[in-house]
Amino acid sequence: MIPEIGYFALVLAMSLSLLLCIFPLWGAYTGNLRLMKAAPSLAIGQCILVVFSFLVLIYITLMDDFTVAYVAHHSSSSLPWYYKITSTWGGHEGAILLWLVMQSVWTMLVAVMSKSLPWVLRARVLGVLGFLGVGFMLYTLWMSSPFERLLPYFPVEGRDLNPLLQDPGMIIHPPLLYMGYVGLSVSFSFAIAALLTGKLDNTWAKWSRPWTMAAWGFLTLGITIGSWWAYSELGWGGWWFWDPVENASLMPWLVATALLHSLSVTEKRGVFKSWTVLLAITAFSLCLLGTFIVRSGIIVSVHAFATDPDRGLFILSFLAVVVGGSLALYATRVSQVYSEGRYQFISREVTLWVNNIFLVVATLIVLLGTLLPMIHKELGLGSISIGVPFFNQMFAILTVPFAILLGIAPMLRWKQNKMPPLVKKWVVLLFATLVITTAWLFSSFEVVAPLTFVATALAVWIFIATATDLFSKVSVHSSLTVGLKKLGLSYWAMVLGHVGIAFVIASVTLTSAYSVERSVSMKPGETAMLNEYEYRFDGVKEIRGPNYGGHAGVVTVFKDGEKVTKLYAEKRRYDIGMQFMTEAAIDDGFFRDLYLALGEPLSAGAWSLRIYHKPYVRWMWLGGLLISFAGFIVLADKRYRGRVKKPQQQEA
Amino acid sequence: MNPRRKKRLFAVVAAVFGIGASVGLTLYALQENINLFYTPSELVEGKGELKEKPQIGQKLRIGGMVVPGSVERDESSLDVSFKLIDTGPMVTIRYRGILPDLFREGQGIVAQGTLVETNVVEAFEVLAKHDEEYMPSEVAEAVKGIKHEKPKYNLNSEN
Repeated sequence: MIPEIGYFALVLAMSLSLLLCIFPLWGAYTGNLRLMKAAPSLAIGQCILVVFSFLVLIYITLMDDFTVAYVAHHSSSSLPWYYKITSTWGGHEGAILLWLVMQSVWTMLVAVMSKSLPWVLRARVLGVLGFLGVGFMLYTLWMSSPFERLLPYFPVEGRDLNPLLQDPGMIIHPPLLYMGYVGLSVSFSFAIAALLTGKLDNTWAKWSRPWTMAAWGFLTLGITIGSWWAYSELGWGGWWFWDPVENASLMPWLVATALLHSLSVTEKRGVFKSWTVLLAITAFSLCLLGTFIVRSGIIVSVHAFATDPDRGLFILSFLAVVVGGSLALYATRVSQVYSEGRYQFISREVTLWVNNIFLVVATLIVLLGTLLPMIHKELGLGSISIGVPFFNQMFAILTVPFAILLGIAPMLRWKQNKMPPLVKKWVVLLFATLVITTAWLFSSFEVVAPLTFVATALAVWIFIATATDLFSKVSVHSSLTVGLKKLGLSYWAMVLGHVGIAFVIASVTLTSAYSVERSVSMKPGETAMLNEYEYRFDGVKEIRGPNYGGHAGVVTVFKDGEKVTKLYAEKRRYDIGMQFMTEAAIDDGFFRDLYLALGEPLSAGAWSLRIYHKPYVRWMWLGGLLISFAGFIVLADKRYRGRVKKPQQQEA
Repeated sequence: MNPRRKKRLFAVVAAVFGIGASVGLTLYALQENINLFYTPSELVEGKGELKEKPQIGQKLRIGGMVVPGSVERDESSLDVSFKLIDTGPMVTIRYRGILPDLFREGQGIVAQGTLVETNVVEAFEVLAKHDEEYMPSEVAEAVKGIKHEKPKYNLNSEN
C-alpha cells in the first residue's frame, strides 16, 4: 500500500508540473496575469509531492520492504541504517527520483526567490522548469519507477547495496552532483525565458548569475568529492580516470565555468549576450547528454548501472526536444540581440573571451574522447578505446596558455589598458615565480623534470599574480581593514576560485610526477622501504563489520626510526553476494599521503601489499573545495538579493 | 584599414590559426592513443573481414574469460600470468602487480597492454568489474551464440 502512495504522489506531482508548464507560458503569451500568478503555488505544490514520494521510498527502504523490487535489489536487512538511506540513490531508479527531488526543489526555490522579477519573465522561467520537470517525471513513472513490486514471489532478503557504494563519500557525492546538474537547468530556463521575452539585457544576466554560481558550486563540490571517493575506495590510489561517466560531469562543469565568466561580462558590460545564452543552453544540454551516456547502456564503465536501451531512447528523445527546441528558438531570436559595449584588444573583455575559447575547446576534447568510441562502435567499425594519455596530453597543452592568461586577466581593466606599466609588473611577477618555483622544487625533490617545473611554475604564477592583484586593490585604500571591506564578494569569489585552480594544478603536477608505488610480498615482521618511510608488516588479523567479514593487514610505519602511524589495510568480503572489496588504509597529510592496499595471501604466510607515497595529493581536493566555496560566497552578495536596483556602473 | 576592421581581421586570423592548430594536435594525439579491442581469437587469427592481425609492440586491449587453472603466480615476486579465451585459441597475459578484487578464474576481464609475442600480451592494467554478474560487453558479444556450449579448451594441448 505504502509504495503505491509514493507512486500516486508522483502522478499528482506530474499533473501539477504539466499545469506549471502550460499555465504560465500561455499566460505570458496572452498577457493573462491570473494564469501567470498560478505558477509559484504550482511549483511549491509539485515540490511537496515529489519530496513526499522520496520520503516514502526512504521509509520503505528503512522498513526492509523487499516486495518492492528496488529495495530488494539495492538494500538488505543487515545494512546499517545510514547506508539504507543512501541506497535509495544507489541504483538507477532511486537516483532518478533523487534527481527529480532536486529539480522540484530548485523550481520551488526559483518560485519563492524570484519575487523581484517582472511577472512575464518569472512565469516563463517557471514554465520552462515545469516542462523539464514533466520530462523527468514522465521518465520516472513510465520507465523507471522505484516503487515497482515483486509480487507474488518476493525475496526474504535483499541483494545488498554494492559494497563500493558503502562509503561516506558516496552518501554526499550523487546529491551534490545532481544539485549541480539540475541547478544548471535554472540557468537554462532563464536563458530560454529571456529569449522568449526578447529582452537580453544586463538585468537578465544579473538574475541568472547567482543561480548559475550556486549550481556551479555544487557541481564543483560533487566532482571533487567523487574524485576523493574514487581515490579512497577503488583501492589503487587513482583520482581521475577519464571514465565516460566522469567526463559526463566534467563537460557541464567546463561549460558552466565559461558561462559564469561570460555572464559577468554580460552583466557588467552588456556584451557577449548571445554567446552567454548559447553557453547556458549548452551547459544544460551536456547535463542531459551525460545522463544519456550513463543510463543508456552504450558504455562500459565502473559506473554503468543497470541499463536499458528503451531508457536511453527516451533520454535521447528528450535531449533532442530540449536541444533542438532551444537552438531553434535561439536561431530565430539571436538576430535581435545587439551588444552595446565597445572594447579594445587589450582589455578584460578579450581575456575573458579567450578564457571561454579555452574552456570550450577543452569541452570539445572531452566530448570527442568520450563519444568517438561509442560512435565508432555504433557504426559497426569495431570496438576501440581512447587511452588516458590522449586526455592528459591535450589538457596539459591547454593548461599552459590558460594558466598564464588566468594570472594576468584580473589585472586588466574593462575596455582598454595601457601596456607598458602592465608589462613591467608581469616581468617582476615572472621573475618571482621562477625564484619561488626553483626554491620549492629543488628543496623538496631530488630530480626536477623540465615539464614538472613548467607546470608547477604555472600554479605559482597564478597564486602570486592573484595575491599581488588582491594586495594592490587593498592598498589603494587608507588602511588594510577599509581596503578589505571595500572589495566585493564577487572579487573574493574570483580570488578563491583562481587560488583553488592553482592548488589543483600544483597537486596534479606534483602527484603525477612524484608518486611512487611498490608492490611487495611480505611475511610478518618483514619491512619494506619507500622513499624515507619504512613499512613493517605486523601480520593479518580477522575483522568483522555489520555486513562483512575479512582480514586487515597491520602495518606500522616508521620514519628515521620513529613510529609515524599504524595502518590497517582491509580486505573485506561482504556477506551477501560474497564480493571482495579492498579498503585502503590512508595516512593523510598536508604534504603527502601514505596509501596502503592489501592484496592476496601468497605462500607461507606472506601477503601481497601495495604501498603508495603520494605527495601533495590532498591539495587537489583542497583546491576543489576552495573553488566550490567561490560559487557559494557570491550568493551572500547583497547585489543579488531583494529588489533589483539599477545596474551598477563599473569604473572604466 | 580602419581599427575596427583591423580588429576583426586579427580575430579571424587568430581563430583560423587556433582552430587549425588544435585540430591538428588533437588528431595527432588521438592517433597515438586509440587502442583497438581484440578478443583472443581475433588477436591470433586476425580481426574483421581482412583478418588484420596486430603487430608486435602494438598497444591494445584484450577481453576474454580467464581460463580456469591457468593462473600462475611467481613465488617471490608479484608476477602473474594467465590465459584468456573466447571461442578459439588462447592468449597469455603477463602482469606484475595486484590483481583486482574480482579477478577470478572463469570470469570475464579486460586487460590493456602491449603485444610482446604473437599470442602474449604484457598488461599494464587488468580490469574486472565490481559486479558478480559482470561480463565486459565486448566479451559478451564475442561469446554470443555459444552460450550453452562449454568452451572447448584443454590446457595440455595448447593451441
